[in-house]
Amino acid sequence: MKHERRVRVMVAKPGLDGHDRGARIIARAYRDAGFEVVYTGLHQTPEEIVEAAIQEDVDMVGLSSLAGAHKYLFQTVVELLRERGAEDIVVCGGGIIPDEDIKKLKSAGVREIFTPGATLDEIVKWVKENVKPR
Amino acid sequence: MKDLVEKVTSGDVRTVARLIRDVDDGMPEVREALKELYPYTGNAYVIGITGAPGVGKSTLVDQMVAHLRKRGKTVGVLAVDPTSPFSGGAILGDRVRMQRHSMDSGVFIRSLATRGHFGGLTQSTRSAIDILDAMGKDVILVETVGVGQDEVDVVRSAHTTVIVVVPGMGDDIQAIKAGILEVGDIFLINKSDREGTDKTLNELRLMIEMDQKKFDKGLWKPPIIKVEAVFDKGVDDFLAAVDEHARYLEQTAGGLKSRRSPERVRQEMVEMIKARLFEEVLDKLTETGEFDRAVDAIVKGSLDPYSACEGLVFPALAGLPDEE
Ligand code: B12
Ligand SMILES: Nc1nc2c(ncn2[C@@H]2O[C@H](COP(=O)(O)OP(=O)(O)OP(=O)(O)O)[C@@H](O)[C@H]2O)c(=O)[nH]1
Ligand SMILES: [Mg+2]
Repeated sequence: MKHERRVRVMVAKPGLDGHDRGARIIARAYRDAGFEVVYTGLHQTPEEIVEAAIQEDVDMVGLSSLAGAHKYLFQTVVELLRERGAEDIVVCGGGIIPDEDIKKLKSAGVREIFTPGATLDEIVKWVKENVKPR
Repeated sequence: MKDLVEKVTSGDVRTVARLIRDVDDGMPEVREALKELYPYTGNAYVIGITGAPGVGKSTLVDQMVAHLRKRGKTVGVLAVDPTSPFSGGAILGDRVRMQRHSMDSGVFIRSLATRGHFGGLTQSTRSAIDILDAMGKDVILVETVGVGQDEVDVVRSAHTTVIVVVPGMGDDIQAIKAGILEVGDIFLINKSDREGTDKTLNELRLMIEMDQKKFDKGLWKPPIIKVEAVFDKGVDDFLAAVDEHARYLEQTAGGLKSRRSPERVRQEMVEMIKARLFEEVLDKLTETGEFDRAVDAIVKGSLDPYSACEGLVFPALAGLPDEE
């Protein structure tokens, strides 16, 4: 046995939003950074995302939303993780998200939000600095 | 430890998820847990699904889960995807096709990355099967990475091995002949909505019938079944064939116990000893710095690798600690 923890993350698309280009690019960037990335695909409810995150024992859930329902969706994921006693799973996100919402989401427990223009280097670096294998 | 066994056998999802992670990450503590859980294993029926990349394995697994749930069976899924040899990372995408079962408490799905292991599975798959088995899942489905011809470790872990092909593979069917053909218990032609299905069916049939003498003696003859996984067509026929194979195993090989035949246990032990020895010896040599010194000496030309290996392995073996 090689006794070494690998970083495992999940990239998920909550809600009805069909814009998955960003999510796929992020998933690939995470893979290229050496993480194991579980991809859930489109149209996930927060409940489905949380259950999958627990079964997959990931260290972080990355949510992507470009269709405007991010406040409810991201917040619900954080709450459900807390309810399941899994608040040690870090939540971050990205997409088309206005500044005032970013503040609210962060105070609700979403650790970081990346908007269009954020570089993949930044996004990967953030995980390396903020997500430790549990 | 008692607590852990209690949690796993009562189906606690977080505990099971964590334990599989520990196995995957090679945490030494996990060995004790696996020993304790072993008595609770041996009750699940394990089905291996293998075939080239993109033939529809995950789509099929998703449909199998749906059908098995309708029959009241609980299901565990282990889905293996490849680790990138460049970064060590992996995109585990099999789950995309199965996410509709995420909220069903009778289903547990776990994605695994090969992490450099060959054979179509991960180093951890065997133990992960045991854990889902101890968890009480009735049926465990194991999807391999999209494999070539001789990467069929799943055969050793499964009661029934399913080989998935698609129409129009042409020469690939010829290639399959070498490795995979002998190990398939059931052949599926998926995507049989496509052209060339009957041609592929005939080619497969011809190839299987080359072993007709075996079948005449009463050995299992692998059926070939046309399915359209994405349209949920033929899946019932397929599961009926699995039932039939299970009955065959019941009559000839002890049913569920067939996974623990002397032959298989022997193979499994060889693998386990290999892995454990390698780990213990290499850990020790790395710790003492002997490994690096030998590498240096070989690079400098003052030692040949054959003598180096001998000089390392034998003393290391003699000095391995008793664990107690
Ligand atoms: C391409 C595109 C499409 C494509 C989508 C293809 C696909 N499969 O993804 C198509 C043509 C299908 C499409 C359709 C629609 N679109 Co459109 N689309 C765009 C467009 C032009 C670019 C989006 C994109 O792919 N960007 C490239 C990727 C890489 O960027 P990104 O996703 O933003 O990701 C970056 C960051 O946000 C962040 N990030 C994102 N997710 C995550 C996740 C994590 C974990 C992290 C760490 C970071 C992160 O990192 C990335 C790198 O910087 C945007 C406009 C824009 N400039 O954003 C509109 C836009 C998103 N679309 C819009 C609309 C309205 C629609 C439609 C409803 C149009 C219609 N009326 O039919 C449909 C709905 C589709 C659906 N089913 O949901 C609006 C959304 C407005 C809103 N938020 O309310 C936008 C903003 C255009 C606009 N200005 O009006 N669209
Ligand atoms: N036409 C057709 N397409 C199908 C059928 N079954 C699956 N597919 C499609 O085949 C593609 C690959 O399916 P997957 O289930 O991901 O294949 P896989 O074998 O698991 O792929 P890997 O895990 O990457 O090796 C998807 O786009 C499916 O929708 C089918 O019966 N007919
Ligand atoms: Mg697959």
